[in-house]
Amino acid sequence: MPEFGSFCLLLALILTAYNFLVGGVALWGASPGGLRITAIPEARWNRLGETARRAGIASFVVLCCAAFALVWAAFTNDFSVEYIRAHSNIALNPAYKFAALWSGQEGSLLLWAFLLSAYGFVLRMRHRVDVRLSAFASVILAAVQVFFLLLLTIAATPFSIAPGAVAADGAGLNPLLQYPEMVIHPPMLYLGYVGFAVPFAFALGALMMRYPGEKWIHITRRWTMVTWLFLTCGIFMGAHWAYSVLGWGGYWGWDPVENASLMPWLTGTAFLHSVMMQEKRGMMKNWNVWLIFSTFMLTVLGTLLTRSGIISSVHAFAQSPIGAWFYTFIILVFLVCLITFLLRRDHLKSENKLESLVSRESSFLFNNMILLAACITVLWGTLFPLLSEAVTGSKVTMGAPYYNRVNIPIGLFLLFLTGLGPLLAWRSTTLRSIRRNFVLPAIFMVATALVLIIAGVRPWNDGDDMESTFFSLIAFTLAAGVITAIVEEFTRGASVVRTQTGKNLLSSMLLLTHRNTRRYGGYIIHFGIVVMFIGIAGGAFNRAAEMEMGYGDTLAIGPYRLVCQSITQDSKPEYDTDYAVLNVYRGNSYVTQLAPEKRTYFAGTDHEQSSTIVALHSRADADLYTVFEGRNPDSGRPIIKVFLNPLIAWIWIGVAIVVAGTFIALVPNLVRTPVRLRQGDSVAVPPAAALGATHVVARVPHA
Amino acid sequence: MRSLTQLRRSLHSPIFWARTLQIALLCVVTVVMLGAGKSRYDRLGHELMCSCGCAQILLECNHVGCPDSARMIGELHAQLDSGNSDTQVLQWFEAKYGATILAAPIRGGFDNAAWIVPAAIFILATLGTFGIVWLWKRRSLALAGTAGLGGDLAVPGDLNPQDAALRDRIRRETEY
Repeated sequence: MPEFGSFCLLLALILTAYNFLVGGVALWGASPGGLRITAIPEARWNRLGETARRAGIASFVVLCCAAFALVWAAFTNDFSVEYIRAHSNIALNPAYKFAALWSGQEGSLLLWAFLLSAYGFVLRMRHRVDVRLSAFASVILAAVQVFFLLLLTIAATPFSIAPGAVAADGAGLNPLLQYPEMVIHPPMLYLGYVGFAVPFAFALGALMMRYPGEKWIHITRRWTMVTWLFLTCGIFMGAHWAYSVLGWGGYWGWDPVENASLMPWLTGTAFLHSVMMQEKRGMMKNWNVWLIFSTFMLTVLGTLLTRSGIISSVHAFAQSPIGAWFYTFIILVFLVCLITFLLRRDHLKSENKLESLVSRESSFLFNNMILLAACITVLWGTLFPLLSEAVTGSKVTMGAPYYNRVNIPIGLFLLFLTGLGPLLAWRSTTLRSIRRNFVLPAIFMVATALVLIIAGVRPWNDGDDMESTFFSLIAFTLAAGVITAIVEEFTRGASVVRTQTGKNLLSSMLLLTHRNTRRYGGYIIHFGIVVMFIGIAGGAFNRAAEMEMGYGDTLAIGPYRLVCQSITQDSKPEYDTDYAVLNVYRGNSYVTQLAPEKRTYFAGTDHEQSSTIVALHSRADADLYTVFEGRNPDSGRPIIKVFLNPLIAWIWIGVAIVVAGTFIALVPNLVRTPVRLRQGDSVAVPPAAALGATHVVARVPHA
Repeated sequence: MRSLTQLRRSLHSPIFWARTLQIALLCVVTVVMLGAGKSRYDRLGHELMCSCGCAQILLECNHVGCPDSARMIGELHAQLDSGNSDTQVLQWFEAKYGATILAAPIRGGFDNAAWIVPAAIFILATLGTFGIVWLWKRRSLALAGTAGLGGDLAVPGDLNPQDAALRDRIRRETEY
């Protein structure tokens, strides 16, 4: 099987290189200002291009075989393959054996290449949407793919044979990765990372061929949204995994690897907003092109940071010196983007200019600037230790206190813009419309602030945590304003529909959303983001308690009492476990039973590795989070740490709302039903170009 | 009834909104100025990393059997009891464990760049956006003045009418 896998990788490299080189030559040959050899008719160049496209499709099939070969080796415990020996063992759960595909560096690079080929496969199969632009995008994707396949065949080979005699058992999977979410989180994140290659390829292709109009944006809109959705889910699954497994009570530690996933998300979000400016007003073309270029480069940088180990991270699970390859690739991509931009920048002239500071356009511009500022800030913090070492000779730590201090004000400003932007009109907003749109949100904001202060959220009294309480108060207040603004938008639109159709308010809202899924799906996404902000702001009120517990001992935190029922040890094929059984009471009523656990993995490993299994009781108001920290070496009794984390569940609920909103935004708009025509009537007719957009209303002179 | 009319009138007055903004700003400043800082132990404990290699904040390090956190917490208590200032306490830890023991770069000198750059980016981004909008608005007005057209109708010079019509149509069809 390893020989078959290696052969598949080599074959995929040949096919992809063919796709890139021959496809590139065919495009050049067929282009008006390119290698036009008069003796060769255009149809021949097109036929050559078609062979390149088919090679690209074949490379997907071959890479499927390569990925299958690695998974097969994991399932058959083929420890002659070094990668399998290092990341699997006989007793490993089959689901985690499958996950072994992406648990190490070589495997995750194979996953990158496989997902890229899958995206490329869909693109090449759907090439009729725009044959020439798709051909450009296909060649660019093939160029990216060649890099990853070269890496896989030369520097990070997943099928290399282990030296010496074949091991009886493998070293096993890192215990921290043996958690159900880790079977989904990395592929989700990679689907996000890799997916941004598609809009990047279309943008670069459109620029190279001086493609008129914004069609490339329409073609890639769904790609970008789906990719953004994958990245969002990947990031928050990672956060949920950290919360459930690492046992420190938090979900985001501003680790370099976490930062690496956040940066393309920030620029991708900015891109999703700013393309609307280009579609609607023909503005910000340079900006959009560079945003998608940067997003793609940041995804590659993210892979570099995760895999190369240039920056120390608690969860860079696979590290090796492949940095030089990535640096070279990033520099090459940047140079290609820069040169293409410089040669074609006259094609990106804006058609319109901003007319007012108080307009939807300027709110988008602010939103973009702030998202980009947040991204640069995170990048700066991530790379500062390297810079500091280069300048002063000593490394520094950029921990959570730094990022929180720097990013919270930026985050709050973004929250403010989330509410403000949709209330402003395109081009220019009148003072009257500002008053009409802002009065209700402002009233709700003031009311929320007052209620919270009365309820005890008073930064000036909170000596220990004045700063975080203050920011929370601001976040809750802004969230109230934004939610009011969103609800106002829905009810205002729905009441118009209700007047037109006579339906009730809920049906009118559904119809309104279906008529304009992108706009109202967007509002739902904003609502989800606000809910997430509320959950994050709740972190200011976290509490923790720790106690050495014996049978019958009670630990109190907030409204809860935890009574220790038993302390048990058990042995499983892969690990020994030590856990406490705690009965949870709220007041005098029994709530639930929690069993925080500490596992010590030994199967397949040279040394013991321990892992925390958190026991959690989650409610909308707060999570009760218990951790078995270990046993006191002197008394032998377990030490239990308990966190009371308010509003954490809101973060996960917010993510679910964001997912729902994105799905709604992906649904095509409800098309107006054609009506029987009389002379001069309006009628819904399909657009000439298959833009996947709403139908236009045209006037016909005669039926 | 009369006061309601007055309130309605004042809602339309720019002076009312300017005063409301002033009061809001004053409230914010007051809130920021009020209150004591964090307790020293808690604050300083969150500005230090555990030296065991777990990459956790000292007071959040959660492994039992951690060879370092208990000792470091003891050292922190001792430093606080000795009457040293916050800076002196942090300097003491830095001298003993190296610069990476500090959770954020606060030693001055080049470390200041870590703080200045994000603030500068944030300010530049905000001011830059204002500047861009102002510049574009001025250009748009100038274009409208010379060509007798609104910015919205202006077509770039290199676009032929066919392309302009095509773009216009695409935009119409993607109206949302």
